[in-house]
Amino acid sequence: MKPHRKKRLYMILVILLGVTLSASLAIYALGQNMNLYFTPSQAIVNKAPTDKTLRIGGLVKEGSVKRDSNSLKVNFTLTDHSYEIPVQYTGILPALFREGQGIVAQGKLNVAGVLIADQVLAKHDEKYMPPNISAVREGSE
Amino acid sequence: MLPEFANYLLQLTLSLALVLSICPLTGTFLGKHKWMQFARSLAYAQCLCLCLAYLLLAYAFLSNDFSVMYVATNSNSQLPWYYRLCAVWGAHEGSLLLWVFLLSIWTAAVARFSRHLPLAMVARVLSVLGMISVGFLLFIIITSNPFLRLLPDFPLDGRDLNPLLQDPGLIIHPPMLYLGYVGFSVAFAFAIAALIGGRLDAAWARWSKPWTLAAWCFLTLGIILGSWWAYRQLGWGGWWFWDPVENASFLPWLVGTALIHSLVMTEKRNAFKAWTALLAILTFSLSLVGTFLVRSGILISVHAFAVDPSRGVFMLIFLVIVIGASLTLYAWRVNKVKTHIQFSFFSRENLLLANNMLLTAAMLVVLLGTLYPLFMDALGLEKISVGPPYFNLVFIPLMSIILCFMGVVPLSQWHHTSRHLVTKKLSIMLGFSLLIAFILPWMITHVFNPWVFLGMSLALWVVAVTLQSIFRKTKNFIALKKLNMSQWGMVTAHIGVALCVIGVVLTSENSIQREIRLSPGETTTVGDYQFRFVGVQDLTGPNYTGAKGKVVVEKDMKEISTLQPEVRFYTVQKMALPKTAIDANLFRDLYVALGEPLEPFEKGDWSMRIYYKPFVRWIWGGALLMIFGGVLALLDRRYRHYLGRLKQVTK
Amino acid sequence: MKRIKYFLPLLIFIAIALFFWKGLQKDPHEIPSALIGKPVPAFNYPALTGNQPLTNKIFIGKVSLLNVWATWCPTCYAEHAVLLDIMRTPNLVIYGLNYKDDRTKAEDWIKENGNPYQAVIYDAKGTLAMDLGVYGAPETFVIDKKGIIRYKHIGAVSPNVWETKLKPLLEKLNHE
Repeated sequence: MKPHRKKRLYMILVILLGVTLSASLAIYALGQNMNLYFTPSQAIVNKAPTDKTLRIGGLVKEGSVKRDSNSLKVNFTLTDHSYEIPVQYTGILPALFREGQGIVAQGKLNVAGVLIADQVLAKHDEKYMPPNISAVREGSE
Repeated sequence: MLPEFANYLLQLTLSLALVLSICPLTGTFLGKHKWMQFARSLAYAQCLCLCLAYLLLAYAFLSNDFSVMYVATNSNSQLPWYYRLCAVWGAHEGSLLLWVFLLSIWTAAVARFSRHLPLAMVARVLSVLGMISVGFLLFIIITSNPFLRLLPDFPLDGRDLNPLLQDPGLIIHPPMLYLGYVGFSVAFAFAIAALIGGRLDAAWARWSKPWTLAAWCFLTLGIILGSWWAYRQLGWGGWWFWDPVENASFLPWLVGTALIHSLVMTEKRNAFKAWTALLAILTFSLSLVGTFLVRSGILISVHAFAVDPSRGVFMLIFLVIVIGASLTLYAWRVNKVKTHIQFSFFSRENLLLANNMLLTAAMLVVLLGTLYPLFMDALGLEKISVGPPYFNLVFIPLMSIILCFMGVVPLSQWHHTSRHLVTKKLSIMLGFSLLIAFILPWMITHVFNPWVFLGMSLALWVVAVTLQSIFRKTKNFIALKKLNMSQWGMVTAHIGVALCVIGVVLTSENSIQREIRLSPGETTTVGDYQFRFVGVQDLTGPNYTGAKGKVVVEKDMKEISTLQPEVRFYTVQKMALPKTAIDANLFRDLYVALGEPLEPFEKGDWSMRIYYKPFVRWIWGGALLMIFGGVLALLDRRYRHYLGRLKQVTK
Repeated sequence: MKRIKYFLPLLIFIAIALFFWKGLQKDPHEIPSALIGKPVPAFNYPALTGNQPLTNKIFIGKVSLLNVWATWCPTCYAEHAVLLDIMRTPNLVIYGLNYKDDRTKAEDWIKENGNPYQAVIYDAKGTLAMDLGVYGAPETFVIDKKGIIRYKHIGAVSPNVWETKLKPLLEKLNHE
């Protein structure tokens, strides 16, 4: 083999190796770290897995938010008007979190079907608004 | 009347841009000098019109003209004037206007600073820029006109700017980011012009390099401003979330970085011309894709923007035309380019190429992670999201290899590097950096953390070899003057990367983050610091009400700082946002964010986040150093010298 | 062989663009409403103007739109103008659902901006809205002659949404 041919072969081999390595790493990482997205109905009807991180999106059921009085533990229920999923979360809720608001909770389901959330995200959109806090307060009084 | 006039200006600009995209390019084929020369005046006229239109929109905001729909939805009479000015680019329509306005500035700049270039080249470049301008102007006029009126019934007051955006970090973040995005259009236009003209050579690389460097500096600045803003404003203490919107700006940055290095190879060695041209096209394409991803609402992001499918369709068509046409042109013309240069396996060329490939690979895995939910959804499979663990898992190994190479490149030589010499020097440096990376963190924290060790040794490795390469070239300090600005730029930027890596590793591994419930008077210990929660007071601002907390920080029984985090309730948008309080110095940030009052309210308990973040400033400091390096390289005498020489030639 | 490698970026881009195209057809933010295909839940509420009570019987007999709005929702202002145009469509009734709002403000709003609604349901607590799965305002439901919810549009009804989505659907429902 001519020297420059040999060099070329090396180059191609190195590139192929790199491509294979990074592609398999990416696929492996994707497989490990995909968060499945469910609505409460899908989670219950399709039997969401308990060993994987998942995201459940729905409305916070009115009157379901219960805070622990000594810690930051909070329990609430996510609903899509057909099915409900209880959620437990320890930490600070996002500023946009409130009852009746659409939110996404990320975590794992335990055996009892409670989502132990490690993240709670409130959705906010610049054009499409959830009702305001004061209106909710006025309305509920 | 003024908004109508601005509308007219937009249409006028569109016709100017149309002429600019057709006339000079046709001139190059027909050999008509007059047509080609016309490009410059058109570029200036376009810039002037858009500048006027932009000022008119800014004036509408300043004068609270709520009959303009865009003003009514994004401003309020209670909003301070400086935020009203920033609200101009606070939402979709205005930010697009800013986009084309900046594009027209870059176009005019190319027209102004290209006296030394062959006229045909200038004509082609300006025409290509004109085409991009046409696309964006059409987009604005058809789907997102910021000058639409709400007549006859217009609201008495506007609905205010999104409170998340009311922050100094965000005043300059979008313009910088856009200056970067749009700036890459110049490199793109040069590549396309060179492909059309069939002259993909060292001169082309030399012309486009300063433009690329400038765009890269702006983009880097835009990204770190965004990161700094998220860190302070979102109240989570995170500086990077791998959110689709962030990734949208990171993708062009990765390829843009590869492009800068590749341009050096093409300029100095006349090598890898096809690859460089591809990178130039890719960088701008990714800027466009990023804008599309952010603006079409096709991906779910924490930063939600308005979703309007008709806009998405328009942008996609534009994307397909621009990227599709340029990649087709590339595939068709690049074949003619041949490199006849020989270099050995272990040469600077190959090392740089390897780094280029790695940066591109990093871009591809980030792109994959960003688009994967879209792929799955489009195929009708599960609805998923890809979180930070994926990105960390794929990005860290790639970045580590990149850093390894980054160290070696400055020591290597073009064409062929003596293996023996380099191996000897490198092994000393390697031993040195491993040793320090092991001892230094251990002396401070008394624990061995493999990630800290890895990150520190890579960073030290880069610093050590980079410095070594200077001293090898210069032998003594006086000779340092002989280094040209490009080399200084490289050294500075690479050290910046190393500092950034140190910051990232130490912040990620040694941060202490606590979410806690505190009663007034209660103290909590985070790291070596005691945080005493004094209490919360009411607060009234121009367009918000809220609560202001007081937290006293002590270390070794000495008071070192009083932090006053706030929660603001923006009355018009009905949105509550935390305003964090940070005590920062070079080595650590103390970060306090108020959560919410907790029941029973009469006790005055609040939930809050208290973070100790070591070396977090190094991340942005390192990035600033990278930008500084870019600026130094931009000041390189060779570019100016080259300008002068060519001027004489053309005379 | 040599040429093919230069076409590779183009091919990858075309593949990605196809996915973008498909992705644009779907809205990732969409959370499917569990109520589509189901009748409007039973209710009995006062009307915003006048005091006659409104019940779910109002939806029976004609194809109708139920538009959720509030005075605190700025996008509703823009939408309102479109509704005033739409109201002239033959065989169509528009009902409003005033959601978590102040009664006097809402009444003034109707007086000032014109009234596209046959009647407005005043839902101060947002209970009916909860039952309907409303996340925010504006939202618009398409209800057929039998009072069954057939479609839900989230966000403002723009002329484009009206022409491309709602109007064809309404024509179809009118022929059922």
